[in-house]
Amino acid sequence: MIIYAIYFAFTCFGAALLMNLWMIATAEGIGDRVLALDTMVINSIAILILYGLTQGTEIFFEAAMIIAMLGFVSTVAYARFMLRGNIIE
Amino acid sequence: MDQIIEILIAACLVISGVFGIVGSYGLIKLNDPMSRLHAPTKATTLGVGGVLIASILHSMLSENHLSLHELLITLFLFLTAPITANFIAKAHIHRHETPETLPPAGEDQKWATHDIPQDNPAAD
Repeated sequence: MIIYAIYFAFTCFGAALLMNLWMIATAEGIGDRVLALDTMVINSIAILILYGLTQGTEIFFEAAMIIAMLGFVSTVAYARFMLRGNIIE
Repeated sequence: MDQIIEILIAACLVISGVFGIVGSYGLIKLNDPMSRLHAPTKATTLGVGGVLIASILHSMLSENHLSLHELLITLFLFLTAPITANFIAKAHIHRHETPETLPPAGEDQKWATHDIPQDNPAAD
């Protein structure tokens, strides 16, 4: 029963990633693109954890942690660049 | 007992999948940039939280010990999602709004992104 739920969640987050990619390609403003990239990072964390769940290993949690931190830092850096035209002044 | 935990894991996974797809669908469906900010930062974060709870329950079921380091990712995501949303909203105000189109800030000054400090010797 768990494996079908995992397949369902894989399908949902895969479709969500495709929608984010569509948003990055067709958005009219730069803010929407940054938002779509941030959502893409969060969805890919979910997919990594689901893959670790199917494989039964714990090694993907560290990868998910690193992706979470890097995604936050890169989103803040991009928003900072939109605000000020510079990242570190 | 194992059956109950399996049902709980499956329910968490299905709910989190629905939340994840609703968040990303809202991102392309809503038509105002500031309403678009709501969908991914709230629904998608909840979706990832559900997957992490399912993962904690799964390690409890299969290895009979409680591993809580998934909670670190949950905590980190729940801490950083509002900060990210605040930064993107601030960038939107800075680029697309003027002080006339915004509601008053309440006190006797403008919103912080429009408020240019002038001749303030205490700032340096």
